[in-house]
Amino acid sequence: MTRLPPQRGEVIDRSRPVDFTWNGRAMSGLAGDTIASALVAGGVRVVSRSMKYRRPRGYMSNDYWDPNGLVQVGDDPNVRSAHRLVEPGMAVEAQNVWPSLERDLRAVTGLASRFLTAGFYYKTFMRPMWLWPTYEKVLATFSPGGRIDLDTPHRYHDKRYTHPDVVVAGGGPAGMAAAVAAAEAGARVLLVEHGHRLGGHLLWGDDHDRALAAELAASVETAGIEVLTDSTVTGRYEDNWISIVQRNHPVAVERLVKARAKALIVAPGLIERPYVFDGNDKPGVMLSGAVRRFVNMYAVRPGSAAVVFTANPDGDTAAVDLERAGAEVTVVDARLGENIVRALGGSKSVRGVELADGRTLDCDLLVTAAGWTAPTSLLNMSGDRPVYDDAAARFFPSVPIGNVLATGGLAGDGSPDELIKHARATGRVAAARARVVSHRLQAATARARPISGEEPEWPGDERLSLPRDPHPALFRSTTHGVVDWSEDVSSKDMVGAAAEGYDSVELLKRYTTATMGPSQGKLETVNTVAVLAEARGQTIAEVGTTVWRPPYAPVTMGALGGRLFEPVRVSSVHPWHEANGATFMLAGQWIRPDHYGDPAGEVRNTRQNVGIMDVTPLGKLDLRGPDVPKLLSHLYTNKWMKLAVGSVRYGIMCAEDGVILDDGVTGRLGEQHYMMTTTSSGAATVWEWAENWLQTEHPDWRVHVTPVTSGYTSINVAGPRSRTLVRRLAEDVDLDPEAFRYMQVRTATVAGIPDCFMWRIGFTGELSFELHVPAGHGLAMWEALLEAGEDLGIRPFGVEAQRIMRLEKGHFIVGQDTDGLTKAPAVGLRHLIKLDKHDFAGKPELAWALEDPSAPVLVAIQPIHGGRVVPDEAAQIVRPGTNEIIGRITSSRMSPSLHHSVCLGQVLPEASDPGTELTVVLFDGRRITARVMEHHAHLDPDGMRVRG
Amino acid sequence: MLIVPCPNCGPRNAADLRYVGESRPRPDPNSASAKEWRAYLYERANPAGMLRETWYCRSGCRRYFVLERDTVSNEFTNPPTPVAKLGKRP
Repeated sequence: MTRLPPQRGEVIDRSRPVDFTWNGRAMSGLAGDTIASALVAGGVRVVSRSMKYRRPRGYMSNDYWDPNGLVQVGDDPNVRSAHRLVEPGMAVEAQNVWPSLERDLRAVTGLASRFLTAGFYYKTFMRPMWLWPTYEKVLATFSPGGRIDLDTPHRYHDKRYTHPDVVVAGGGPAGMAAAVAAAEAGARVLLVEHGHRLGGHLLWGDDHDRALAAELAASVETAGIEVLTDSTVTGRYEDNWISIVQRNHPVAVERLVKARAKALIVAPGLIERPYVFDGNDKPGVMLSGAVRRFVNMYAVRPGSAAVVFTANPDGDTAAVDLERAGAEVTVVDARLGENIVRALGGSKSVRGVELADGRTLDCDLLVTAAGWTAPTSLLNMSGDRPVYDDAAARFFPSVPIGNVLATGGLAGDGSPDELIKHARATGRVAAARARVVSHRLQAATARARPISGEEPEWPGDERLSLPRDPHPALFRSTTHGVVDWSEDVSSKDMVGAAAEGYDSVELLKRYTTATMGPSQGKLETVNTVAVLAEARGQTIAEVGTTVWRPPYAPVTMGALGGRLFEPVRVSSVHPWHEANGATFMLAGQWIRPDHYGDPAGEVRNTRQNVGIMDVTPLGKLDLRGPDVPKLLSHLYTNKWMKLAVGSVRYGIMCAEDGVILDDGVTGRLGEQHYMMTTTSSGAATVWEWAENWLQTEHPDWRVHVTPVTSGYTSINVAGPRSRTLVRRLAEDVDLDPEAFRYMQVRTATVAGIPDCFMWRIGFTGELSFELHVPAGHGLAMWEALLEAGEDLGIRPFGVEAQRIMRLEKGHFIVGQDTDGLTKAPAVGLRHLIKLDKHDFAGKPELAWALEDPSAPVLVAIQPIHGGRVVPDEAAQIVRPGTNEIIGRITSSRMSPSLHHSVCLGQVLPEASDPGTELTVVLFDGRRITARVMEHHAHLDPDGMRVRG
Repeated sequence: MLIVPCPNCGPRNAADLRYVGESRPRPDPNSASAKEWRAYLYERANPAGMLRETWYCRSGCRRYFVLERDTVSNEFTNPPTPVAKLGKRP
């Protein structure tokens, strides 16, 4: 096949050939070609195989929705080849063919198609269950879609947020006219077009059409409207939150645009509907629009002997276009009662057609123009439930929605003048309503000077409704054929499914998977409803239709994942960690050192000498006011009314259901000044929790809560030599063990840095000072400590060493050793639950939990027989000799101090007595014996170290 | 995404706030039966219609407030009430 002589509407550049490959074979197209037009120009007829029966398929709708046109381009799967423009060097391949497109061995399933009808999958692969892994492997080879290349380099996907007055979905004549009218009325407009250029169906029309398209496009430019081409409005969500995928961004692979539009105009035009008859999926059976695009835009003639089955002017025009292109054309006119019943020929090409009157006609191209589907998706997403109009044989919008307005083919038919008049009126209404919405938003925003002016009146809908052209109701001929090309579902499957009882449209859809493929029902939905209506002996209106949900078109994972806005948090010491060989870990939003190469060595050094750790992510809330003790008493389960200035106390917080929410220490720095610390991941939650009580139940309490987590750099100085080190740097503070005792807090100038505070606590189980330094001086403090501690053997330690040491000491971590069901009594700190307080969060539940004999208990566990095995965290603990689960390991490490593995775990009370032997099932299936220990602390249970 | 009318910050994307849920009174923790307390914890009216609900403006003013929303149309009645102005809830 070769190119036609120049066509008046062609969009190809004949002076610029583009070389690419198709299944490894060299091909040549022209700049401006889609992959489809270049392939068809090169004589390619079969481009894919159907999903189930592996039937050869050729282009059918020749647009973005073409279910047969999905190809692999390099490492990019599922490329819409009738939309994507061909580029030099592109390696285009057919998808999921085996061994080749020409000869797919699985086509044998076509012979067995009577066994692969709807529901076959559900009925057949259910049993025997043990064969499922085998079934799965075979079935997976049938799954549609291209090849994912795991080595594909990560490429940039962008996001954009925008707040236009009006978004117009669809850049055809109606969309353009509406956009221009809205802009002329003063609205800021974003016009979004699915295709590569504005114009819609005018682009494949006659001279008149193209002149109109050019005129409208020029006025769009004059009006200063922002236009996104090759972009799709994929969804409309609450309050006109509109998602748009832009595919032609100059830098990003794709860009997801999130627009908050004050009004939305829906003008997608109409989608041509295929006709259901025997053989309708043979290569060479095409829609009239497909043929007109090939001929008029790309100068490609997809056949030389054509039969055109037409029920409307567009089909008639396709016949004219084909004749002008030199094809032999026979017209079969549905309006005269003529009908086609069967496409003839082999599986790789149509060779003829059988008519209802018994005639057969030879052809290599069978064109159908059987009617239109109104793609009402965005209206559905706005709350509309379109209704079927018998006379026009398509669905129309039914519910007016304030600031979502439809125009163009969705709204009706008429002359180009009528349609443009309607579109312009739509643009004006949209702009006026956007103005009201804008006023409301402005007025609702508190501001120093209130906005001037009254709220404008909500504009009525001044538009005259469009006429609706009558159209023959053509869905299925007297034979059965394919309804859903993507999913390989025929009308016969559907009639069978309905007979089995799946006779509501939603059930039928799920059972047969019709409309659930990549074209998302754009081509299939109405035929599905029509076939079901026929099977049920009802009308289409009675059967109703499925609801179109987002997305309007499939969206790539890249576009959705795209650019993240999650902040990354680091402490002021981070540059030092980077320069000194730290291995980092991600903890929530924080990046922090996991270790510096040798966590066990870091533990040993801290236990013997002194270590420092950057604990900045520790949540810190500055609490001020006379009623802070009341707040603390309410949040924590223990008592806080008598905490002395200069003291700190540990507490557990529970939610109202008694489940542990967070824990930490709070110190009293001054008469009305406290500092609360939370777990690193709990800071935000605890802040909201505190505010919740202060704002809702106790607005009379005078407390200010200020988060200061990143305002201080926090450094834990731990180890037997920590006091010696701190003494060298601290001024105006008495560090004598009697003067500054365990669980006390002091403010001081340290290393010349004023306004530091430090407290003596011992998460690691060592004598330790937690220094909190104004963040601007954090790095200086860190370096001063290292320098001053050089002769003491100072070394930094990371999260891993800290986790080992706290486990040796038996300190639990909220969220690690507790879970969403762990109530405070379970962690062994029953004495911290003070039921004699008047009220605190979770009090009733904790009272009941204290009486509950069945709740799991947190215990320290050590494997016996040498302790060289470190059980997996989350390993199950079972009743010996059975598989009955009675607990699990929650934390587990090899202890460098004890040379023995140490664990914490939750077990049922019956197995919680010290000395109880437990059976732990490792991930590899081995069972080991472990023993419940007497104390949570594996090391120094009497706390001699921390109190030193 | 829903636009939520914060009494301090004005209309904001729902993602800027935390949906706390149906506003409900807290029973007296010292006299509540288990049934009453668990109803407070877990039971929700979940009506199709007007609902009094609490929101927290976590990315803005950091205030909790109560407003009424029609769960069918997602329309809010104006104006929202800052919780602090409601005084102590029963």
